[in-house]
Amino acid sequence: MSTASAAVPDATDTVGLANGDNLVTIDDLVVHFPITSGIVFRHKIGAVRAVDGVSFTVKRGETLGLVGESGCGKSTTGKAILHLEKPTGGHVLYEGADLAHLSGRALRRQRRRMQMIFQDPYASLNSRMTIADIVGEPLLVHKLYPRGGRNQRVRELLELVGINPNTLNRYPHEFSGGQRQRIGVARALAVEPNFIVCDEPISALDVSIRAQIINLLQRLQGEFGLTYLFIAHDLSVVRHISDRIAVMYLGRIVELAENAVLYGAPMHPYTQALLSAVPIPDPEVEEKRRAVVLRGDVPSPADPPPGCHFHTRCPVMEEGLCDVEVPRLREVRPGHWASCHLVADTSYPHIRAGEDDCAEVEA
Amino acid sequence: MSYVPPHDPFAADEFAARERAIDVVVDESMASQAGVLWSPDAAIIEHKGTWQEVWERFRKDKFAVMGLVVIAILVFVAITAPWIAPHDPTAQYDDGLTMQGMPVGSSSKFLLGTDTLGRDLLSRLMYGARVSLVIGIMANGLALILGVIFGLTAGFFRGSTETAVMRATDVMMAFPIYLLAVALVSVLKPSLWILIFVIGFVYWTPMTRVIHGEVLSIREKEFVAAARLTGCSNGRILYRHILPHLVAPIIVYTSLGIATTVLFEATLSYIGLGVQPPTPSWGQMIADGQNYYLSAPHLVIYPGLCIMLTVLAFNLVGDGLRDAFDPQQRRR
Repeated sequence: MSTASAAVPDATDTVGLANGDNLVTIDDLVVHFPITSGIVFRHKIGAVRAVDGVSFTVKRGETLGLVGESGCGKSTTGKAILHLEKPTGGHVLYEGADLAHLSGRALRRQRRRMQMIFQDPYASLNSRMTIADIVGEPLLVHKLYPRGGRNQRVRELLELVGINPNTLNRYPHEFSGGQRQRIGVARALAVEPNFIVCDEPISALDVSIRAQIINLLQRLQGEFGLTYLFIAHDLSVVRHISDRIAVMYLGRIVELAENAVLYGAPMHPYTQALLSAVPIPDPEVEEKRRAVVLRGDVPSPADPPPGCHFHTRCPVMEEGLCDVEVPRLREVRPGHWASCHLVADTSYPHIRAGEDDCAEVEA
Repeated sequence: MSYVPPHDPFAADEFAARERAIDVVVDESMASQAGVLWSPDAAIIEHKGTWQEVWERFRKDKFAVMGLVVIAILVFVAITAPWIAPHDPTAQYDDGLTMQGMPVGSSSKFLLGTDTLGRDLLSRLMYGARVSLVIGIMANGLALILGVIFGLTAGFFRGSTETAVMRATDVMMAFPIYLLAVALVSVLKPSLWILIFVIGFVYWTPMTRVIHGEVLSIREKEFVAAARLTGCSNGRILYRHILPHLVAPIIVYTSLGIATTVLFEATLSYIGLGVQPPTPSWGQMIADGQNYYLSAPHLVIYPGLCIMLTVLAFNLVGDGLRDAFDPQQRRR
């Protein structure tokens, strides 16, 4: 994006900053993965634009849901916020301080405040370390507790997430998926963070265990005043846990609003189509209901379409506007942000399923 | 607040019940024993070690255990050679040669007969084991250290470091290593230490490649990202999180590598570039005895057998370890 190399932006410029206490501000975040060619002389021949100019804020104490289909860049966004993935451009401000300028020791210290809960509890725990070592490592690295107190603290943390503290000498493979995810939560909590990125924390879990982890996360949020960025593709879970929800499509945020507003009256055509796909567990309603089917496939992020990324599949696309000009994410109504040329504060296109289930505009 | 999916009348009760259960214990599997497990004075539950599991799987592989026994015997003989060898390996005995100056066959004095200079073959074989094992282990240790250092840095730091190291590996691998070793040994005067250095130097490439490949896959695992988030330094991530996952390939490739190295040493000794006489070495004994293979075949057969057994034993143990460390990749 054009402003990627700009200095720290004027704070008032940033999306949603006017509304109260912002913990994390993401400004025009860009993550491109280079496509290279050549063996000895490697040169860039293109880039996968995983995240292509994302801006939003996370308020202190809230849960911001980040949804989108596979490959839309939501996980990459989460990783880039924590600088696990080096952003190609843009800024991540934590309590007003830019992380991009930090490296080495300073970055490590800052990371104490921001943690992550990973998607795959089987891959995120080192199989060669005991539970005590895994949960105790953050304490050791940051020298948070003296030698004796560390063990006590590990037991407290395990108890907090509902793991029998007497199992601390066991290895991860001796636990179930749900238990492992709890251990991952305990590790994240060890450094007493304020902000936790939950990167699809339940999608790898058995359905019967999901509710437990969701409830645990909510309980911990209440207890410690945590702020979550909750990344998921399960729309009903996001609806349950989030205060506000951001919808991503092909590396960009298309809509951001309060939970009830977004689910009640989605404005962006993509959000409308996406929400119509949520199954309703009531056979009578489900039978009458029709999901909107979008034409075509998601374009490749290595070669995204010009203008609005969604215009190739959008039923209300206007030639000469949507395929040329990139829509800005703007506050259409107070607290309701959308990036669509056709959404106005008074009206927006209504999408419904047509004859062949394909998306069409409601007259 | 419990998680209730919208519009699902059936799920609500179940979830509510589960939520109540969560406050006390967590997993259903634990619930029944919760009272016992959670009491603070209950004994800390011990795990079964990884090494114990590996050993249990290894033990079931009969060939690998046989290889281990052979190696144990070899090591024992090599260490205790000065005490258990019946004769001095360099002493030339008058009764060790026939009237025509030919080596004698086995007798009660010379169990395996003598060589062309009238020296006791069994004693020489025993001392030869020392040379083979010392070079096999030391040269391989050197190759291992170089390979792990290069492979780890190349795989972990990527970028230009990786390009430099891995292209250098490619160049090394493109060299005919026997020729390189022969050239190196002839330039530097052959001795035990020079041999160790040269063999280690020409053999670091396979280990580098193996480690590099492993590190590439391990560094992308989520637990490495988690360690980074935790605040671990690069050194700590390498040492605590990546290196422990390399133990299996390191052990397997070391045992397989020792077999190759023993063979390499025998080859160099055979062409006269190994350990210099009168120190006995198996390869050199074969070279000395081959002119007499018709009249005194034992001069070639016994050292040949020793080399074969050693190489076979290390290969069997290496294969067995590979299977034991990675039960999913068992070929049987």
